[in-house]
Amino acid sequence: MTWEIVIGLEVHTQLLTQSKIFSGASTVFGGTPNAQACAVDIALPGVLPVLNRVAVERAVKFGLAVGAKINSPSIFARKNYFYPDLPKGYQISQYELPIVEGGCIKILTGRDNNEREKIVRLTRAHLEEDAGKSLHEDFHGMTGIDLNRAGTPLLEIVSEPDMRSSMEAVTFAKTLHSLVRWIGISDGNMEEGSFRCDANVSVRRLGDDKLGTRREIKNLNSFRFLQQAIDYESGLQISILENGGKIRQATVLFDADKRETHVMRSKEDAHDYRYFPDPDLLPLEISQDLINEIMKSMPELPMWRYYRFIARDVDKYKLLIEKQTDIYPLQQSSAYLKFGVEEIYALSKYDATMLTADKSTADYFEEVVEIVGSKNAKLCANWVIGEVAARLNQNNEYITISPVSAKQLAELILRICDGTISGKIAKDIFGAMWHGEHGSSADTIIEEKGLRQISNSDEIRRLVDVVLIDNPHQVSDFCKGKEKAFNFLVGQVMKVTKGKASPAKVNEILQEKLDRKKHG
Amino acid sequence: MLNSSLKQLSALLAAKKVSSVELTREFLRRVKVLNQEYNAFITINEEMSLDQARTADTMIASGVACPLTGIPIAHKDIFCTKGWLTTCGSKMLSSFISPYDAHVIERFNLAGTVNIGKTNMDEFAMGSSNETSFYGPVKNPWDITTVPGGSSGGSACAVAARMVPAATGTDTGGSIRQPAALCGVSGIKPTYGLVSRYGMIAFASSLDQGGPIAKSAADLALMLNVMVGFDARDSTSLLRDQEDYARDLEKPLEGLRIGLPKEYFAEGMSEDVSRAVDAAIVEYNKLGAKIVEVSLPNTKLSIPVYYVLAPAEASSNLSRFDGVRYGHRALEYADLNDMYQKSRTQGFGAEVKRRILIGTYVLSHGYYDAYYIKAQKLRRLIAQDFAEVFKQCEIIMGPTSPTVAFALGEKSSDPLQMYLSDTYTAAASLAGLPGMSIPAGFGNGNRPVGLHIIGNYFSEAQMLNVAHQYQQVMDWHTQMPDITKA
Amino acid sequence: MSLVLEDVKRVANLARIELSDEEARTTLDQLTGIFCLIEQMQAVNTSTIVPMSHAQDVVQRLRTDVVTEVDQHELFQSLAPQVEAGLYLVPKVIE
Repeated sequence: MTWEIVIGLEVHTQLLTQSKIFSGASTVFGGTPNAQACAVDIALPGVLPVLNRVAVERAVKFGLAVGAKINSPSIFARKNYFYPDLPKGYQISQYELPIVEGGCIKILTGRDNNEREKIVRLTRAHLEEDAGKSLHEDFHGMTGIDLNRAGTPLLEIVSEPDMRSSMEAVTFAKTLHSLVRWIGISDGNMEEGSFRCDANVSVRRLGDDKLGTRREIKNLNSFRFLQQAIDYESGLQISILENGGKIRQATVLFDADKRETHVMRSKEDAHDYRYFPDPDLLPLEISQDLINEIMKSMPELPMWRYYRFIARDVDKYKLLIEKQTDIYPLQQSSAYLKFGVEEIYALSKYDATMLTADKSTADYFEEVVEIVGSKNAKLCANWVIGEVAARLNQNNEYITISPVSAKQLAELILRICDGTISGKIAKDIFGAMWHGEHGSSADTIIEEKGLRQISNSDEIRRLVDVVLIDNPHQVSDFCKGKEKAFNFLVGQVMKVTKGKASPAKVNEILQEKLDRKKHG
Repeated sequence: MLNSSLKQLSALLAAKKVSSVELTREFLRRVKVLNQEYNAFITINEEMSLDQARTADTMIASGVACPLTGIPIAHKDIFCTKGWLTTCGSKMLSSFISPYDAHVIERFNLAGTVNIGKTNMDEFAMGSSNETSFYGPVKNPWDITTVPGGSSGGSACAVAARMVPAATGTDTGGSIRQPAALCGVSGIKPTYGLVSRYGMIAFASSLDQGGPIAKSAADLALMLNVMVGFDARDSTSLLRDQEDYARDLEKPLEGLRIGLPKEYFAEGMSEDVSRAVDAAIVEYNKLGAKIVEVSLPNTKLSIPVYYVLAPAEASSNLSRFDGVRYGHRALEYADLNDMYQKSRTQGFGAEVKRRILIGTYVLSHGYYDAYYIKAQKLRRLIAQDFAEVFKQCEIIMGPTSPTVAFALGEKSSDPLQMYLSDTYTAAASLAGLPGMSIPAGFGNGNRPVGLHIIGNYFSEAQMLNVAHQYQQVMDWHTQMPDITKA
Repeated sequence: MSLVLEDVKRVANLARIELSDEEARTTLDQLTGIFCLIEQMQAVNTSTIVPMSHAQDVVQRLRTDVVTEVDQHELFQSLAPQVEAGLYLVPKVIE
């Protein structure tokens, strides 16, 4: 029996603002408990909410980036339930008319995440306030409540059940995570809870039209947990069904240590949130002027950048862009869309995927290419992905904190291109720059350490002669047809030049001299 | 001095014939004596009042006084007042010292008035008789066996008994107008959105509106000048130019069209009330107003609609009282849920619980459309009725309350009868229109009758003019109950 | 739609109000009377009417995104029934 796994995600992403969504308290993470919980946040009697402009603008920006409809008006509603981290006894959210409706996100799936494109539709995205935190350390058997986070602006992004594997779900989550960071609406900091996923998982027999009963896995705050939780949950559901059981709709929590999901202690009363329009807040209208203004501030989006990076000629790129209009109708008409390609990079899909994983990496790469020149774009990509990103990834850090600036890297790559240094020496220099003084230039290091490549033919001829005299056995082996001896001799020349000789030149001269010996 | 208008008191202060401290002491003395009988105040704080009076005297001395500087007024205990116990008439908040000032309180502080105390009220403003207060019922000074009306019963009683020249109140379905009527004083609920709700403990957010209670329309105008003002902290606060509500007081009423909704004069109104209202209409006719019959066909729906919408909003607004951050927490409980239940069950009185249950029910799954949405649709019909009527007249008049003050305990065990007290007042609240009540004579048992005046949106100045002109020819508003003790 | 005892108990539970069986029965009687009155609404055809949430036809004002509030947690927590280490204490929350 073949099963199909069906996944939809609900992602809570914290919007980047100075103050809270309905109050003037700070949103800075990690303050003294309750120091950032003002009268409105702790819901003193008589206080009232007033909506934060930037939170609204960030939500609209997201909507525009995914080609969604921006509802005007949209309505704030109260979701009523009692919980100690919810001071008002209701959460201000959006229910019937969310600010963002529809839209979609294109993800790259398959091997290496670049085999094929897939569209994941979005149902909606709505503004809401975050709750506080319950601290379960023992306070004489009680729970402590910190309301600093209460009222932090959230955008809840809800997808359609369009994903068919944990891999796809993770790719979607990563793409979404990258997008919200890319357009600057969220810092996406998962450790601080700025990006949290709930996964709705169901399974059905392959070919069935009807969706199976779903169970919702709450609060997955890492991509790894998201994948593990879905894998466990879908496996569990399949085995239940295969054993003739039935799935009962439930909300479950993922235990990361045991890698299992558990049904949350079922509440005695079935949830009845009694949503109704919040009488303290009026209908939210978004003017076309505001939309235009936000459109103008929109950066080139990751998918477009990806297409530009892999484009091999301008016309094909334009064609590709035009084909997308059905998916992103709003963006087609907008000013920020780049229809012209000044420089063709012709990168591989893999490179383009890696470079567009976040905006700062793509920006960094393009800054390097601008100096080095687009005909060496592939070399630049290799360096950015291979050396820079790899070193940063070890610590999960973003390229913005790279100790080697794009300009420094570009100057280094230029020295490879003009033959001043070999690629191997360049890596050593890069290492020195990475750990060395900030701002040290490639040229300075090359000069100071005498690393300039020996490409003078006479000099190399002299050194090759010395090596040939010092290694008669290998020379004769080569003459007898043992090709491997050639590599040994190259290595010897590189050794005496401490790697500085141009490998191409050494190869050329050695070949010439040995050939002469062999046939002479 | 007890019967002096705000203008007269202001003049005395300005002429240094009396100081604010003296005035404050005098009214405080009266409050202390009379409150034992009337229970109009929940809190008085002599020291804090006198501090404000001293500040006011300094303001007057240095020539920076505003019209009401130095005048003692009382505030309904629904307004959060920094450093003052602010109970909202509930056990739930019986130890709540507010850490902040409501916008209304801030405005009065800036104007230099003296807070003489916090007045009693129905618990969380839910009631029409002031009998639901945790602090016990307020007595009507015209007849202490009767109720003062509610929910701003403490404020209305305090003004009627001349314990204070004027007071603040709030009105959700009639809570300023009905007690003003029953206590024989004047009260106005302005257009929804004119007085900030920030710091006014919420009952039903889309209906709640603060307003003053005073002896006359002229005094109400001066009070409104202070109370009305834009507040960025209340999203429903309306950004408008500041008005002088006293500007039109003296205008003649020549040519004014007064609409009498035939539904208001149908069954339900008691005969004594009817007689007084009719007499007032005759006076208006003499003043030059033209009387036209109009119709508000959905009047009878206003009580059902009100008793769906107000409890729905209240059930949610009162969820914050959970015994976690402030307010009553039960001493003993088994677990978190039990703590919630016991704290709320002990902290709220019967009427509040009843309305929370009604509100929770109408919002709950499966009933929302049939009750809440239905009521919101009818709310629009009710508002449209008024829009039609205001094409035929500028002012609507009728009774404020179907009866004069009823006996304490008479309706307290029958919530349905109590709810019908709001029959004439709820509709203007639902439409967000300004409404006021002024004394218009006496009915059975020599108890006051109130004349209800409803105007179009933002027509407060005109309404006050209409009331003031009546008060120039009639003296009902200057009559006071027979109080010998003080 | 006539109310039954179960409704009263369900709603009381949602609202975190404790009712004894006796109180629930009294409440049922009172609410039945009130809902009798409320049911008058159903006689009106409102299929074409737009619900009215606010008295004024105005839209939401937006607040500039600046921090205006200062730390007042000590003052606020002086009102709280139980506090420790700056935290509000509640009976153990079990998830």
